[in-house]
Amino acid sequence: MKFGVMKPHRRNQLLLIFVLVLGLGLALTFTLRALDSNINLFYAPAEIKNGQTPIGKRIRAGGMVKAKSVRRASDSLEVHFAVTDLKGSDFEVRYTGILPDLFREGQGVVATGTLGRDGVFSAEEILAKHDEKYMPPEVAMVIEGAEPAGATTL
Amino acid sequence: MIVELGHFCLVLACLLSLLMVVVPALGLWRGQSSLMTMATTLAAGMFVFTLLSFLALVQAFVVSDFSVGYVARNSNTLLPLQYKVSAVWGAHEGSFLLWTLVMSFWTVMVAGFSKPLSQDMRTRVLIVMAGLSFGFYLFLILTSNPFERTLPFYPSEGADLNPLLQDFGLIIHPPLLYMGYVGLAVPFAFAIASLWGNTLDVSWARWSRPWTNVAWAFLTMGITLGSWWAYYELGWGGWWFWDAVENASFMPWLIATALVHSLAATEKRGVFKSWTVLLAIFGFSFSLLGAFLVRSGVLTSVHAFAVDAERGLAILWFLAIVIGCSLLLYSARAWNLRSNITFAATSRENLILGNNLILTISALVVLLGTLYPLGYEAFTGGAKISIGPPYFNAVFVPLMLPLLALMALSATSRWWKTDRQTLLKGKPVTLGIAVAASIGLVLMLPNPNLWVIGIGSLSIWIVLGLVQALAYQVRNKQDKMLALFQRPMSFYAMLVGHTGIAVSALGIVAAVTLSEEVDLRMTPGSEARVDVYDVKFFGTTAVQGPNYVADQGRIEIRRDSTLVTTLFPEKRRYLASNSVMTEAAIEARFLGDLYVALGEPLSEGAWAVRVHIKPFVRWIWFGGLMIALSGMMSVFDQRYRSRKRRVSPETSGSAELEVAHG
Repeated sequence: MKFGVMKPHRRNQLLLIFVLVLGLGLALTFTLRALDSNINLFYAPAEIKNGQTPIGKRIRAGGMVKAKSVRRASDSLEVHFAVTDLKGSDFEVRYTGILPDLFREGQGVVATGTLGRDGVFSAEEILAKHDEKYMPPEVAMVIEGAEPAGATTL
Repeated sequence: MIVELGHFCLVLACLLSLLMVVVPALGLWRGQSSLMTMATTLAAGMFVFTLLSFLALVQAFVVSDFSVGYVARNSNTLLPLQYKVSAVWGAHEGSFLLWTLVMSFWTVMVAGFSKPLSQDMRTRVLIVMAGLSFGFYLFLILTSNPFERTLPFYPSEGADLNPLLQDFGLIIHPPLLYMGYVGLAVPFAFAIASLWGNTLDVSWARWSRPWTNVAWAFLTMGITLGSWWAYYELGWGGWWFWDAVENASFMPWLIATALVHSLAATEKRGVFKSWTVLLAIFGFSFSLLGAFLVRSGVLTSVHAFAVDAERGLAILWFLAIVIGCSLLLYSARAWNLRSNITFAATSRENLILGNNLILTISALVVLLGTLYPLGYEAFTGGAKISIGPPYFNAVFVPLMLPLLALMALSATSRWWKTDRQTLLKGKPVTLGIAVAASIGLVLMLPNPNLWVIGIGSLSIWIVLGLVQALAYQVRNKQDKMLALFQRPMSFYAMLVGHTGIAVSALGIVAAVTLSEEVDLRMTPGSEARVDVYDVKFFGTTAVQGPNYVADQGRIEIRRDSTLVTTLFPEKRRYLASNSVMTEAAIEARFLGDLYVALGEPLSEGAWAVRVHIKPFVRWIWFGGLMIALSGMMSVFDQRYRSRKRRVSPETSGSAELEVAHG
């Protein structure tokens, strides 16, 4: 069947299918590419301590903010603190900026950023929870099995 | 006692919803119209008892009855009255009670306003609504009873409402959002009822349309308000985070937007019938999916209700049953929905097809990004990942560009056939003007940007296209004002809605690309320069609120040494929960916001201070409100009003319509 002798609505249907396939193909390509480059894997303190974590790649890491570990610079908004799984593993986080309201020692925290060669995690974003009762599932997993006595300083 | 009565009313409403399924269905089966008409009475009863139940919970909050566990967890004697009331929907149980209240409200509205429908069709619609209600009531009573007492040992003081929710925005955000979410059950019920009765004709589309538009308008308003609330209340000036819960409301919105358009095509031209039905099914399914995502705690989110796997599972079952049954019915019935109506390549039908294609794909890519972490976790045995905003921006923005272009073309398009010359007439000229205008405007800005030019051009092009469409309505007319008055309301609704999209798009692109955001360490008396503004910090003083204490900062903002505004941001500590909250101070203006928030106190009286300059950010929400308004406007179209009084000649032949009052 030649294209030229097709009935108008057949031609429309063909055009439609063509546009559909093209649109879906384009969307799929874009989507998969974007997905691929935006997966942020979560790592627990123990994994970071054992060197199982890629250096310089954007990841997420979290646990509980270690008691008495928060140190602030005196002339800028730079802040350092340690994140622990309450089972003996912890790592240091460096962040510049304003911490979320619910950030405090002994609370769960999830940071997004990169791990440096010196083992310090440079955070670009500290996840804010707006409910004190809510525990991010990642953090719950990290501290699972830790001694309950150390679970909170509140 | 009142609490027990409330619980009792809820159970009664649940039983009524079950009766409302069984009795009218029996009537349908036996052909007894007396049984079918009982649906209306039952709907009214269901609504009244749900309302009573809801009021009982409100009363428990107002008198601070902490023997009720839910009240004790979410209220406090110091809480101001308006927040005591809004605390009713501040957490899972009460918000779901509100959900069922809204559901019963929509049901009673449908029962009341669909009298002219044929009795069979009307009964089927109400049965579907009642069936859904029954599911919601069961879920509420069995898994999330808000009336549960914690006797005999109950706390003497409540744990307080989450301070973030103690805000005007959160008083009205959930009710509006639920009106939208649950409102999508109405087109769903119409679609299912038509499939069931094999009466999927054009009048079905005509009947679903006003309901869909209103539900969609509420959903738009809910999302807009949510975004505005996040902006001023979360304290870091963001207005959209691509958070799982935001996506949960955005996906049904995208599908509902597609539905609003395809319903128009189905009603006017009888095309896309089976597709429209599918959209109606998916619109509501997405809203249930949203409920699941928010209430099951499977995803990490800034919103997340308290995590409860059992509830999540219950909603998942409900979702599976609803989608499963609908699609089964669809596959059994939709095959005979072929329409032999043709339309040309350049017609409004095709533009709407493009709109539907893009919106559906958008909803699917958002869905993919939202659920991907779940799938990943399941397949890799527990590896936790997150998909950040860059993914959503990368896939969503490119999809929106052709959508805006289609919108610009659509205003002057016609149904069935628009010859290319008519469709494109004046379009190159208006596009030229739009591009020139946006380049001109952008060059006046301190930091020109290609994105602003692109989206700006398209947005202006849309508006010019609408002006052109308006001009077409009055040319060759003697009385031009009269010609404008005679245009149907739906035309103006389109005008307002599409302008709203253009306004929002401009606001978004300007706010994203032109914002200036800095975090500063400021000692009292120190000054800093942000963009063109001089920001001076005068330290903080202690202030006392009804249920909190706060450090209130004073910040003066000057431009060229003239005072622009003095702002008083606060850092509050709520007494009952001992939680700290940032209250940003915003100088809101048409061309942009000045936004300051206090971070945390540092050494030597210094504070971390966040200063944002947000050009055009208000346009985002203003556009959103215009979009919502358009949904409301379209309901006042003459066609819907006149039909209530008399049957218009064009539809009197349809079997679906009966004369209402003689």
